[in-house]
Amino acid sequence: MLHRIITLVLKELQTLLQDPQSRTILILPVILQLALFPSAATLEVTNNTLAVFNEDNGQQSLELIQRFSQTQAFSEVRMLYHETDIRDAIDNQQALLVIRFPVDFSRQLAAGRGAKIQALLDGRRSNSGQIAFGYVQQIIQNYSEERGNAGVLTMPSRLIFRHWFNPNLDYVRHIVPSLVAIITTISTLIVTSLSVAREHEQGTFDQLLVSPLTPNMIMVGKTLPAMLVAICQATIILLAGIFIYHIPFAGSFWLLYASMVFYILALAGFGLLISSICLTQQQSFLGVFSFVMPTILLSGFVAPIENMPVWLQYLDWFNPLTHFIVIVKGVFLKNIGLALLLQNLWPLMAIAVVTLGASAWLFNRQLD
Amino acid sequence: MDNAIVCLESVQKSFKGSSKPALTGFSAAILPGCVTGLVGPDGAGKTTLIRLMAGLLAPTAGSIRIQGLDPIANASTLRDAIGYMPQKFGLYEDLTVLENLQLHADLRGLLGQQRSDTFKRLLDFTDLARFTSRFAGKLSGGMKQKLGLACALLGQPRLLLLDEPGVGVDPISRRELWKMVNSLADQGIAVIWSTAYLDEAELCQHVLLMNEGQLLFYGRPAELTCRLQDRAFQIRNISVNRRKVLAMALCRPDVMDGVIQGRNVRLLLRPHATPPNPSEFNAGANAELVPVAPRFEDAFIEALGGGPGGYSELAQRLQPIIGENDTVVEAVGLTKLFGDFAATDHVNFAVKRGEIFGLLGPNGAGKSTTFRMLCGLLKPTSGTARVLGIDLKTNASEARQQLGYMAQKFSLYGNLTVKQNLMFFSGIYGLKGSQQQDMVKSMTEVFNFQALLGRKPDTLPLGFKQRLALACAIMHGPAILFLDEPTSGVDPVTRREFWTHINGMVEKGVTVIVTTHFMDEAEYCDRIALVFRGKIIAAGTPDQLKAQVASTANPDPTMEDAFITLVQSQSDLDVAKQNQSTPAPSKQAPANKETP
Repeated sequence: MLHRIITLVLKELQTLLQDPQSRTILILPVILQLALFPSAATLEVTNNTLAVFNEDNGQQSLELIQRFSQTQAFSEVRMLYHETDIRDAIDNQQALLVIRFPVDFSRQLAAGRGAKIQALLDGRRSNSGQIAFGYVQQIIQNYSEERGNAGVLTMPSRLIFRHWFNPNLDYVRHIVPSLVAIITTISTLIVTSLSVAREHEQGTFDQLLVSPLTPNMIMVGKTLPAMLVAICQATIILLAGIFIYHIPFAGSFWLLYASMVFYILALAGFGLLISSICLTQQQSFLGVFSFVMPTILLSGFVAPIENMPVWLQYLDWFNPLTHFIVIVKGVFLKNIGLALLLQNLWPLMAIAVVTLGASAWLFNRQLD
Repeated sequence: MDNAIVCLESVQKSFKGSSKPALTGFSAAILPGCVTGLVGPDGAGKTTLIRLMAGLLAPTAGSIRIQGLDPIANASTLRDAIGYMPQKFGLYEDLTVLENLQLHADLRGLLGQQRSDTFKRLLDFTDLARFTSRFAGKLSGGMKQKLGLACALLGQPRLLLLDEPGVGVDPISRRELWKMVNSLADQGIAVIWSTAYLDEAELCQHVLLMNEGQLLFYGRPAELTCRLQDRAFQIRNISVNRRKVLAMALCRPDVMDGVIQGRNVRLLLRPHATPPNPSEFNAGANAELVPVAPRFEDAFIEALGGGPGGYSELAQRLQPIIGENDTVVEAVGLTKLFGDFAATDHVNFAVKRGEIFGLLGPNGAGKSTTFRMLCGLLKPTSGTARVLGIDLKTNASEARQQLGYMAQKFSLYGNLTVKQNLMFFSGIYGLKGSQQQDMVKSMTEVFNFQALLGRKPDTLPLGFKQRLALACAIMHGPAILFLDEPTSGVDPVTRREFWTHINGMVEKGVTVIVTTHFMDEAEYCDRIALVFRGKIIAAGTPDQLKAQVASTANPDPTMEDAFITLVQSQSDLDVAKQNQSTPAPSKQAPANKETP
């Protein structure tokens, strides 16, 4: 039996790796995503334009404008001279943020009273707008603290931020571990589901079914190669993360690879499920695509799961990527212990049992 | 030929990336008012020639003139003059019959009164009026064919190009189609009919006989066959094993080709050979040599230089199959229901060791369903299929080790090499180590794969694919071989070679179960079951089936005659029964269900 499974796995690997074309399909996305994502997909706000409509022209407002222009977030500070320009600046996306100083700004501050500043944000770019606004707030807070220390007022207490596991809030540290999970997702699904569909198209699936191979052996023969390919790809990204992007690997490789095996099993179950419904590679590709998109979008990689509606959060429990992203980041960045790991590992095991069981049932039913 | 509608002058077509031209040196003149056959096996260049005439391809050299015009430069003028039915009919399967017609009519700008008149005429002609609201995808092969023909006829063409209209169509539908095509030719239309079935050539007025891009012959089919007069014989009254007689005869230098025809053996002698004495064939005391009429296929075989010998190196190397039980495959009350439609309806038969058993039947009659249940690809709804006494429902894996299976389209891994395919298929049947290496080496020698081991099957000609598929199916020494239309599309010489191997293996004790559309392939069978509407309507040796339909009008019917007569009389019987019993029975083949 072992010999027959090895034969199946060998055949699958030959199919995948022999053709320059299919080799490219396996390797190119890894390299591209590894090169593009960490530098392109970032939430830091830099090099934006800040527009200022200053009706005040007093010393305090000028001082603040000076400080705004010093930050990396705003490479350009554009001065507006008319109230109607504000609308234009935002409408034409000339500025991400408009700051308006009222006429009496400096006067009020000089008089020791509180003064108001208006900030107008471009709601179309809500995320970057809010982040930029955060910078502005911080600058204003620092400024008023300095003025306070100068004898006007004393601050009662002060918050100091420390970001654990990513002290510099380096975005690469979020992206690269997530890439480990995402690349394995795509390749596992494609290798399992498309290869079964191709066998349906070529008619070789019948050939396998009339042989002494049992449907379960055929499933193992499809899952193992997918696992080998996905693990190799994950290793490439892992190594690139450590040696090229210099992300310190905090946890245990063994734990990471062990959980990866369960993750791939859970996914292979989904891939085989898709393939047992689809008869052509085209259908199967569409199936994979409509599965992968929500899987990635709802995994917590793009937006925090806590922000989703509650029912969706429950549903997301069945998304294997949700659990695996937590595991990868946890092991990679903060060396989570076995207990914490198991919290996210047992759902993966449960999903694997359910999906593999269901596809085994469907595989056996194909003879009906 | 002044009145020719198509003139081909040394037409040549090469495709980038292939070493041999797809067509070379084609010169012919095609006449209106008759059916011209493009006859040859797959890869002969039939489709290329048709696409050249349709103006879909430009020739590399030479010229094509249709009504004196260039099919590409004058495409817009010729568009109305040419009707083209591509392979697989060019239908939209998700549209109904009427919608397909409407679409094609719109594309041709056929409107108003003329449109409704044409629709009525074509629907009458094709007898599809009852099915206008049915989806094209749900039609049977024969009806799809007719619809495709109707679509091609919408523009009232002067030249009708039909690309392999006979593929996947059972003999009955094929005969109907021929009737329709002949009536079109009588109206003065030039019909071009491409086919891989050589027996269809005899129905054409003119034939372009092609092989691997070469034009072997152009003219009337009778011209070709009359050259072979007095060279075709049948050995009759054989009292010994007819397969051994054939194998021996094929090894003689004066025999060019030979096939089994029921209990007789048909031979084609080499030119100027004197007819041998029947006793030389060791065919028994009563054997006699009877001259028969030459066939078109004989001419083709001769053009290719004769058939293969009768010796099967493959069978020689196989271990003889020895077993106690006499009945190796058995169907008892075998039934498969899809919804309330019985694809296979209480089928019973038993196949003995060392027998060739054929399943024949029109499309959709249930022979594939039965076949798939026998080899364990489909679970029966009720009844049992036993292979070597093992019920496939319960202990499939053990029984499957004893099976060899060769699928219709030679299911091979197209992106693995020949060697890897051989290693894979031997591996999944449990061959390993030196045993596996020896077997792969042995197959390589038998089938001359040495130069091809590193090639991928997708790049090989069909004949090699078929040999490779056979090799992959038998390396584990199966006791039973399942063949699903094993030779569709391959040239007759390759088909002969294939059957030489099969005959050799049967002599070693292998049991063969085969489905086929080729009537001369059916003649190789020891016994045949004719499946129609899920039931076996006739069973017996090929000669018994032929004898069943012999009449004073047709005392010596062919296998095709037997097939058609038996199916039609059953169909008439069913209709009569249905008219008697007032509540219509629910179990009816879908092809005959009237649309509500």
